[in-house]
Amino acid sequence: MGHYTGNPDAIRALHRGYEVHRDVYIDPEIYRLEMRHLFANAWVFVGHESQTPNKGDYFATQVGDQPVIQVRHSDGEVHVLYNRCPHKGTKIVIDRSGNTGKFFRCPYHAWSFKTDGCLLAIPLKKGYENTGFENSDSGKGMRAVGAVRNYRGFIFCRLAEEGISFEEFFGGSLSSIDNMVDRSPAGRLEVAGPPLRYLHHCNWKMLVENQTDTCHPMVAHESSAGTAVKLWEELDMPEGTPLPPAMEIIAPFTSPYEFFEKMGIRTWPNGHGHTGVHHSIHSNYSEIPGYMDKMVASYGEEKAKAILGENRHNTVYFPNIMIKGPIQQLRVFIPLAADRTIVESYIYRLVDGPDELTARTAMYNRMINAPTSIVGHDDLEMYERAQEGLHADGLEWVNIQRLYEEGEDFTEEAVENGTTERQMRNQFDAWVRFMTMDMDGVREAAE
Amino acid sequence: MSISKDQVIDFIYDEVRMLDEGRYDEWLALWLKDGHYWMPLDYKQSDPHTVTSLMYEDLFMLKLRIERLNGARTFSQKPKSRCHHVIQRPFVDEIDETAGTCVATTFMHYVETRLDEQQLLALTARHELALVDGALRIANKRVDILNCDAAFRNIQLLP
Repeated sequence: MGHYTGNPDAIRALHRGYEVHRDVYIDPEIYRLEMRHLFANAWVFVGHESQTPNKGDYFATQVGDQPVIQVRHSDGEVHVLYNRCPHKGTKIVIDRSGNTGKFFRCPYHAWSFKTDGCLLAIPLKKGYENTGFENSDSGKGMRAVGAVRNYRGFIFCRLAEEGISFEEFFGGSLSSIDNMVDRSPAGRLEVAGPPLRYLHHCNWKMLVENQTDTCHPMVAHESSAGTAVKLWEELDMPEGTPLPPAMEIIAPFTSPYEFFEKMGIRTWPNGHGHTGVHHSIHSNYSEIPGYMDKMVASYGEEKAKAILGENRHNTVYFPNIMIKGPIQQLRVFIPLAADRTIVESYIYRLVDGPDELTARTAMYNRMINAPTSIVGHDDLEMYERAQEGLHADGLEWVNIQRLYEEGEDFTEEAVENGTTERQMRNQFDAWVRFMTMDMDGVREAAE
Repeated sequence: MSISKDQVIDFIYDEVRMLDEGRYDEWLALWLKDGHYWMPLDYKQSDPHTVTSLMYEDLFMLKLRIERLNGARTFSQKPKSRCHHVIQRPFVDEIDETAGTCVATTFMHYVETRLDEQQLLALTARHELALVDGALRIANKRVDILNCDAAFRNIQLLP
């Protein structure tokens, strides 16, 4: 047991308004406490329902450091179970997705479970007669997480049995998911292929913070976006030549500070927020013929224009996902250790929408967020230099002071200048609360 | 003029050597203008467009990738990466004499290194080549990574 375990005051002292202590990024004890407290108390993204469309379909992932299975039960509902046999701990499924039929069967001793986790059968069960087995936790089957919510196809869970409700946790921030889903003329999304998987040797929060860091694109991405603009100009195309899709995607990264200042940042309570309130790097993509007509047929002209007029850039859902509504992308920052994070970048197709939009989204995903991406390369370089640099003694605090105001109130939605670091401060305000809210409880005894 | 099997094999050996030695201008000159370098994300992926790939790049994007490698503010290339291909003798799968085209499959091990890190990728490269003015050129190239579904660190050069 280290300095921080069972010591909520020490956790609170790590965030002082406009700065945070380096331990939030580099300390293994803090990482373990995040997994036990923050990721248990918050609502965390699991997967999309289209990854498990049929009864018995499962998808294995993790919530914080907890192995879980998203599974479609026989009643059609999506359940989230811990991926562990209640007998000896064997992971029930090891592949990332598949169909298990009507039940899960542990490959070790053939204990079987219904797809809602209930114990179905154990071979030679009479060996447990008169042993009190039915009263043990193992006799209850595969354990389910504390609570599950399917919001417009996106599956979230709270590991803790009790705690904040889904609606209270996300509040007004759900408008970003709404806008992403509403862009389908049918009001539905479907996952399009497997995600990119990108391993970073840095803390997961660096990636989350970078989603609303609007002062880095023109610097860190000068080598990619800046070079793209230069190469395009050298081609000396006739005036009015439409930008090819790749240029539409990459050129806005090199927009001047003023563009990002004016785009605006909105913060919501509990650590959620988004860039691109007024416009964004996604605002000026060319129209796809026929799409607007389909949207008008589904929603009427006024609502269709309102849906497509919203061009939010990155929406952070605290603690660890980001979505881009205008292009139907979701990135999940999966923590592996204080200095290890896997980023999985998913794309979704708009049901009844044109393939050209899916193609643009797939292009965005590979150009910007792949391990082979010339944009991703420079981001990873920055995070990992920070992860190493933070070990330098003499300065133990990380500055998040841009456009800071004394006594900031994160309990109210707010819209500010697009280069503020208020959203990062908002995340740490939520981080402290969700880390400490159950620290005086029984959970501590087990640490 | 016909395409010989040896000509195809020599071409592929020469191509990977250009990549390993960083002779990118020569490498770009091998490409036909409508060509695509495709690196699928999924095992046996058939669609480069509406699901994600690791790369699906036209000549403009390949030029950008190469130009960036030498940029003054390309921070992830300070210091620079180096790479190394070890290839098996290519299989020349098809030669179409009339069209002047051919297809070859080559198994390779690719090593990329920077600072203290080094990664090894097992690759299958599929070349579609065409004879233009007596010389072979790349019409399309597909590179499949054996563990395409693994979580990768940066892959910065051209496998």
